[in-house]
Amino acid sequence: MANTTPSQQTYLPGTHPDLPPPVSTSGVIGWARSRLFSSPLNIILTLLCAGFLWIIIPPLLTWGLFDAVWQADSRKDCWAQMDVPEGGACWAFITDRFRVFIYGFYPEGERWRVNLSFVLFVIAALYALYDRMPARRYGLWYCLAFPFLVGWLLFGGLGLTPVETNDFGGILLTMVLGVTAIAFSLPIGIVLALGRRSTMPVLRIVCVLFIEFIRGVPLIALLFVASTMLNYFLPPGTFFDLLIRVLIIMTLFASAYAAEVVRGGLQGIPRGQYEAADAMGLTYWKTHRLIILPQALKISIPGFINTFIGTFKDTTLVLIIGMMDPLGIGRSALADAEWAGLAREMYLFIALFFFICCFSMSRYSLHLEKKLDTGH
Amino acid sequence: MAVLFAVLAMMVRNVVVNLAAIGKEFSFGFLFTPAGYDITFSPFIEYTSRSTHLRAATVGVFNTLLVAASGIVLATIMGFILGIVRLSSNWIANRIVYVFIEFARNVPVLLHIFFVYGLVVILLPAPKKAPSIWDLFFLSNRGFFVPSPVFESAMWIVAVVLAAAIILTIFFKRWAKKVQNRTGHRYPVFWISSGAIIGATAIAFIAAGMPLTWEIPVLKGFNYKGGMSIKPEFIALWFALSYYTSCFIAEIVRGGILAVSKGQTEAAYALGMRPNRTLQLIIIPQALRVIVPPLASQYLNLTKNSSLAIAIGYMDITATIGGITLMQTGKEMETMLIVMCCYLVFSLTISALMNWFNRSIELKER
Repeated sequence: MANTTPSQQTYLPGTHPDLPPPVSTSGVIGWARSRLFSSPLNIILTLLCAGFLWIIIPPLLTWGLFDAVWQADSRKDCWAQMDVPEGGACWAFITDRFRVFIYGFYPEGERWRVNLSFVLFVIAALYALYDRMPARRYGLWYCLAFPFLVGWLLFGGLGLTPVETNDFGGILLTMVLGVTAIAFSLPIGIVLALGRRSTMPVLRIVCVLFIEFIRGVPLIALLFVASTMLNYFLPPGTFFDLLIRVLIIMTLFASAYAAEVVRGGLQGIPRGQYEAADAMGLTYWKTHRLIILPQALKISIPGFINTFIGTFKDTTLVLIIGMMDPLGIGRSALADAEWAGLAREMYLFIALFFFICCFSMSRYSLHLEKKLDTGH
Repeated sequence: MAVLFAVLAMMVRNVVVNLAAIGKEFSFGFLFTPAGYDITFSPFIEYTSRSTHLRAATVGVFNTLLVAASGIVLATIMGFILGIVRLSSNWIANRIVYVFIEFARNVPVLLHIFFVYGLVVILLPAPKKAPSIWDLFFLSNRGFFVPSPVFESAMWIVAVVLAAAIILTIFFKRWAKKVQNRTGHRYPVFWISSGAIIGATAIAFIAAGMPLTWEIPVLKGFNYKGGMSIKPEFIALWFALSYYTSCFIAEIVRGGILAVSKGQTEAAYALGMRPNRTLQLIIIPQALRVIVPPLASQYLNLTKNSSLAIAIGYMDITATIGGITLMQTGKEMETMLIVMCCYLVFSLTISALMNWFNRSIELKER
């Protein structure tokens, strides 16, 4: 059989003609070849995606940045300032209502308390999140005191003018709901998870029923309970304000989810750890405080942050029972004839706020995962 | 322990005392009184404002189930596509999907629902200017109008034949599997069974004298008459819930496929399997074991999130009995009890189904 492939040919040493250089695998061209144009299907996909970006990005930039108006008195004023009426975004709406978006209807004269609370919150967050802060030991004690300190600052009393909770709104309300639910859900979640793994049957059943009930029901239904009938369960004559009732429900909701995260962490601890603690003669509480929980909580941090993100996003649901979170503020601002019809700008602004908060939380969780990964 | 029981007993006593104090009694009698409000979207059940609250609740249950089921289907399809694109080596497609996923899942679902609803209502034209496909399908801001099937009495023959064909196919599949295990001979099961199902149904349909006509939507005044209409509230809720959940599913799918070690693929290639058979027989069955448990919890989340329907006026169970009925009758205890029981039943059913599916695909250790 005649086989005339070049490999059949023989060369004397040193007489082989130079081969063409191999296909570049490094540099921009090599990268583009392997990541964008490696096969016919990939070439089609790349072209489609590039076309998609070409259609989407330039008009979006023109609308959102280049043709946008930042300062105006009303929607009509906005359109008047543009080359093409309604051709750009009217961010003046957001800048005009910015204070309401942040403070809600908190009294003008008392807004320094909100500002101070935000500053205190940033300090607490730094102490809780970074382990290289100076005097971290005292910082952590401060973190424990923080919810009560800020609660006093915001609600008033004991020397400060009390503020009606109806006046809470906007990002302030989101932060109050989110931070309270997150902060209190942690300890309650740990207790519930320990209860669920307890050997006392009644305690275990109560914890399982509570957790599964909360997780099986949508938050909206629970918020309806808070807004219409939570007072029925309390002794006659006691009355809680709506914000407090919603805080209680959101905290319970978040703690049921946190409990499942802790349970996952507890299940990841090998039996040997319990047995070793028993062999050392430690009591139940000492075993958990010194041996089990430090390990279990460490592996459940990513799960915690996921439930935190969920809780933070869920704070928008209070809109449905008539509280003024940023979305509620925005929707009522749209009803104002001066700014009607600017829904896109409003939704984008609020989406950006939540995106920044939640995305940074999820990045922080990835960072912690890497840092705490002590396995080999 | 005693404290716990004391607290529970206190709560029950408080409820009794408080209800007595404001003169309300605990009864479900209101369910059988006329509801007196309209529900615009009730594709399965006849409903008028003179129907009872119980019927309104039933309409709500069906609407919740409809949006949850269709949402689960669409979210799964979109989630798998997005997850696979996230794994592709194509840099630009990969980045676009990454940006979309990160943006969509870090923004509250309520905002997505409002936004999509706004888009649907603003962007779609009024019925008079609605674009149509062959004058059969119309897409307007009053909803998506499609021809509705009108079944004649002989249709049951076709239904029986279809059911019989499906049952026979299942038996054929089992038998083919047995033959393959015994002799190694493979029948083209997919082609034979789909041919049998479609062919048999088509023959029955023609033999019964084509007992099916279509009612086509026609523009009358400001809206369409006749045909089936899918309301903009449903479209917005369905689409927003689906793409929001699909972002979480995409990450789950990506994680699941990455969890199958590369050695599995290499071993399959070493045995001479083609890439698509490798994916079908080696990668996907193993990835599913990782994917299914978190997927189940996403399905539960989608079902619970469908309660946000109330924000845009889609009449699901929360909006009918937990919303309007509660406001009208003032029976907070009873209505919320019904709503919660419904969601608990949905959740438990989905968990049970997914657990059953999970057991059927999990690693069989002998």
